[in-house]
Amino acid sequence: MNDSLLSINDFSVEYDVDPPVEAVKHVTLELRRGEILGLAGESGCGKTTLAYGVQRLLKAPAVITSGSVMFHDASGEDIDINALEVEEMRRFRWDKISMVFQGAMNALNPVATIGSQLEDVFEVHRPSMSGAQRREAVTELLEIVKVGAQRYRSYPHELSGGMRQRVMIAMALALRPQLMVMDEPTTALDVLVQREILRQISQLRHEFGFSVIFITHDLPLLLEISDRIAIMRHGEIVELDTAERIWNHPQDDYTKTLLSSFPRLTAETRLTAQRGVVAR
Amino acid sequence: MTVLEFDGVTKAYSVRGAGQIKALDDVSFTLESGQIIGLVGQSGSGKSTIAKILTQLETPTSGEVRLDGVPIPRRGKELRAYRQKLRMVFQDPFASLNPYHTIRYHLERPLRLDDIVPRDQVDDEVHRLLERVRLDAKAVIDRRPHELSGGQRQRVAIARALASRPSLLVADEPVSMLDVSIRMSVLGLLSDLQHEHGLGVLYITHDLATARHFSDEIMVLNQGRVVESGTADDVILRPQNPYTQELRAASPDPDKFFASSGILGGAQ
Repeated sequence: MNDSLLSINDFSVEYDVDPPVEAVKHVTLELRRGEILGLAGESGCGKTTLAYGVQRLLKAPAVITSGSVMFHDASGEDIDINALEVEEMRRFRWDKISMVFQGAMNALNPVATIGSQLEDVFEVHRPSMSGAQRREAVTELLEIVKVGAQRYRSYPHELSGGMRQRVMIAMALALRPQLMVMDEPTTALDVLVQREILRQISQLRHEFGFSVIFITHDLPLLLEISDRIAIMRHGEIVELDTAERIWNHPQDDYTKTLLSSFPRLTAETRLTAQRGVVAR
Repeated sequence: MTVLEFDGVTKAYSVRGAGQIKALDDVSFTLESGQIIGLVGQSGSGKSTIAKILTQLETPTSGEVRLDGVPIPRRGKELRAYRQKLRMVFQDPFASLNPYHTIRYHLERPLRLDDIVPRDQVDDEVHRLLERVRLDAKAVIDRRPHELSGGQRQRVAIARALASRPSLLVADEPVSMLDVSIRMSVLGLLSDLQHEHGLGVLYITHDLATARHFSDEIMVLNQGRVVESGTADDVILRPQNPYTQELRAASPDPDKFFASSGILGGAQ
């Protein structure tokens, strides 16, 4: 079996506005099976466009202008994502690649219980399952993410932000995908809850063996959870290396700038040099 | 000089079935002019209740809050004067500026409302304010908020807060929605302004790293109580309270992470 899960080759996305914006420029990237790949960069660097683009989740005016995305399925089959027909794409999504979105509070339906929303996933993608099987699967999912089955009939507003984000992770995990794309999954949460969720993602990854593309601009956090990190700027990957090498031996000047721009929690030097910098 | 005093402030909410919940429980502290106090704690610790009391969205159940020695007034001219002396910088610079109005309008309004400068000097003062937050006045003054970046917008929000020459700035997560790379420069700006004008700043955040670098003192709030306070470095580098230690352990810290090569994500 191929040790690579996703091969992105010469991938470009353009926003067809006037003047056109090249959001992602000729990105080539191999995602390994079971790895957590961090995608870091500032607002507007193209990290979200890239992660959405490889799943064909972009809407007009975004246009994929070049490249291919090959998904190496666990069955041994290679799937060219750009070539999938509409119905094939519908089946492919969530089954092979799922997503955890940023605002868990906005991603859940406020007028449906979380149990019924999780059941929906099976109803659509596993139509052969009986109602009892679906309920059993949902109960199991709620236990796996430690929300607890007693919350089956809770509405989103009855749960804390951290709990809701766990429900989103349960939903993403439902069909046992091989890749989860997480877009700022912990940004709205406070540090204690964030830490618990990160631990959980890491544990689940070991248990179920999926890969993760983790998008955030929080570099300190990314350094701690990623196996490898890709630093993006102006639509290009300027550096891609292990978290440890990015931290200890950054090669690109932009990576160095990014690393020096966040305040260090415990390092002895204080960032006084940053004071009074002229606005960009 | 003492700018702000919290004197035994308690705020209790009655919750059906659960009796009383104390969002703040006997909180006392003072903030001097020219001082930055960082207020940290997780969601629900009572940080925002303090901000709500200061902005009078809530009134304390017991205890007293004084600004420049005067208890928070309830109405009339005194209330207006209070609002002039205490200004807020909010988290979301996309929501806190009116998309309909130009930057000039945002800054002229507080100047005119409170008669900060004579009418014929308003325009000069707007330029001075923009200069002070290090924005190019010519480039931004006639623009609307959507034409500016997040960092620029937050600078406008800071300029607006400074317009009425307050003695206290309450900054509730002022940089958490900005890119990491510009957070320090916005905080640096606040810090410079605070030095220049002897402003008191209450910096509310759950980010320990920026709290340490930006604040003189840090207060840690848990379940409505101040569990630890002291100089920024003491609280973050040598935390005594178990809750503070827990917060610190949960915060990303690559320096320590790679030094101990403790592995959480399971890199190799």
